[in-house]
Amino acid sequence: MDALLELLQQDARLTTAQLAERLGRSESEIAAMITGLQEKGAILGYHAVVDPERAGQRHVSALIEVKLTPERDGGFDRLAERIARFDQVRSCYLMSGGYDLAVFVEGEDLREVARFVSERLSTLDGVISTATHFQLKVYKQSGFTAGESHADERLAVTP
Amino acid sequence: MKPLQERIAKHVRSIPRSGIRDFFELVVGRDDVISLGVGEPDFATPWHIREAAIFSLEKGQTSYTSNLGLLSLRQAIAEYVEGLFKVSYDPASEILVTVGVSEALDLVFRALLDPGDEVIYHEPCYVSYSPSIVLAYGKAVAVQTKVEDNYALRAADVEAAITDRTRVLLLNFPTNPTGAVEPVEELEKIAALAVKHDLIVVSDEIYCELLYSGADGMQPGEHTSIASLPGMKERTVLLHGFSKAFAMTGFRLGYACAPTVLTEAMMKIHQYSMLCASIMSQYAAIEALRNGAPEIERMRRAYAQRRNLMLKRFAEMELPCFSPGGAFYMFPDIRKYGLSSKEFALRLLEEESVAVVPGSAFGPAGEGSVRACYATAYDKIEIAMDRMAAFVKRLG
Repeated sequence: MDALLELLQQDARLTTAQLAERLGRSESEIAAMITGLQEKGAILGYHAVVDPERAGQRHVSALIEVKLTPERDGGFDRLAERIARFDQVRSCYLMSGGYDLAVFVEGEDLREVARFVSERLSTLDGVISTATHFQLKVYKQSGFTAGESHADERLAVTP
Repeated sequence: MKPLQERIAKHVRSIPRSGIRDFFELVVGRDDVISLGVGEPDFATPWHIREAAIFSLEKGQTSYTSNLGLLSLRQAIAEYVEGLFKVSYDPASEILVTVGVSEALDLVFRALLDPGDEVIYHEPCYVSYSPSIVLAYGKAVAVQTKVEDNYALRAADVEAAITDRTRVLLLNFPTNPTGAVEPVEELEKIAALAVKHDLIVVSDEIYCELLYSGADGMQPGEHTSIASLPGMKERTVLLHGFSKAFAMTGFRLGYACAPTVLTEAMMKIHQYSMLCASIMSQYAAIEALRNGAPEIERMRRAYAQRRNLMLKRFAEMELPCFSPGGAFYMFPDIRKYGLSSKEFALRLLEEESVAVVPGSAFGPAGEGSVRACYATAYDKIEIAMDRMAAFVKRLG
């Protein structure tokens, strides 16, 4: 199971047949393992990792630090889940340290993100404060280093 | 004036050009080639190791080191070797850091051989063995390993080659180019021979972390060094380095572990020829030994998957190939096509743009096979195997 996840985390486009060949199992076994992982929520989804600048996308990302008042029953969960459901929120984590939630928000431009923060996020009951940090440049995303050359510089034949 | 060719020392003239070099020149300049002809990892050195090298430069660590190598590195090597090989060496006097295992091989032969002394080694083998022996005025005596033995070395064949001039036995398991692993029972018999005939054993174990065991070949195997067998440490020069398992070929760093007297003799030559290995590489190596294990295992698992792919595809194209236990090479048997290994490799290159190395480059005993390296991206190997399948189908 770990080997399967490792391969999928590197390249989720591998077909069931390719995964079966690499892991020395049958295609039906692999398909069942993947279904199992999806059903128990171990695999949340699949997507391309895009560097928006190189892709020429109109795109703004921000990290918003959010402080919350925990509720008597359920702590941060109810409010955090509510925030996470907004389409603009790409990722949302409960953090230790100086603030409670790290909310990664995406929008077409600064104004869209700013409006989301001022109109949606900070007006929620229980949100004490927000601090918005706009992302300036991608160096590495989801394990992939931006702008790295993959050329093979080895000599073609060596002992 | 005498022709310059005649000014070249006779023993240097006697060494033929490397078969690998010849073949390399044919491949160079063709950009459609998928090369299975390399002898090094396709992974860049793990970042934490590269970063340690950079940090050492930033700190201004740009001096010579002790001839033996940094003491802190030798201490780290002693710990690593004890963990992996179950033999303990004194970092103060029994470990010499060299510029790759290649330099260590040169040192050990120069230190041990008088002109005409014989060194027994097994063939097919790494290309430098015979020349290194000849350059040290020794006589290289090849013992053939055979595909029917999975390219393991038979103690009986070694014994048959021993004469009163035999001084050294050179071993390399796992083996480049075959990927062979020596069974422990046979290794024990070879050790007994070394004791009986009072031979020094030089054991190049550069591929020892790259083992594939278990039914699916995915499990790391257990390596047994001849140095760990009873009575062997005192007559063994154990050679290892960072190139293969740590993917550090360009750092050019290896080491020899041997009894003090032998280490001292090798160091004498090393101090006048090389002085010391690069300090930047040495600092990187300390980081590799301390924190490199997870990356080694990650790369080994990737090699294991590629190895399985090649084995499966060779079986499908009915190209006989034994299942290698280590390193990152396959050594399929091409005799049934009636071509020499060089013809096979040349035609495969010209007709399908796949580079493999003719087995004859690894000594006469390698004729009849080619070496295909699986230290290349999985999807490239898939394409190379499709092309090879088309090629051998045409050969019939």
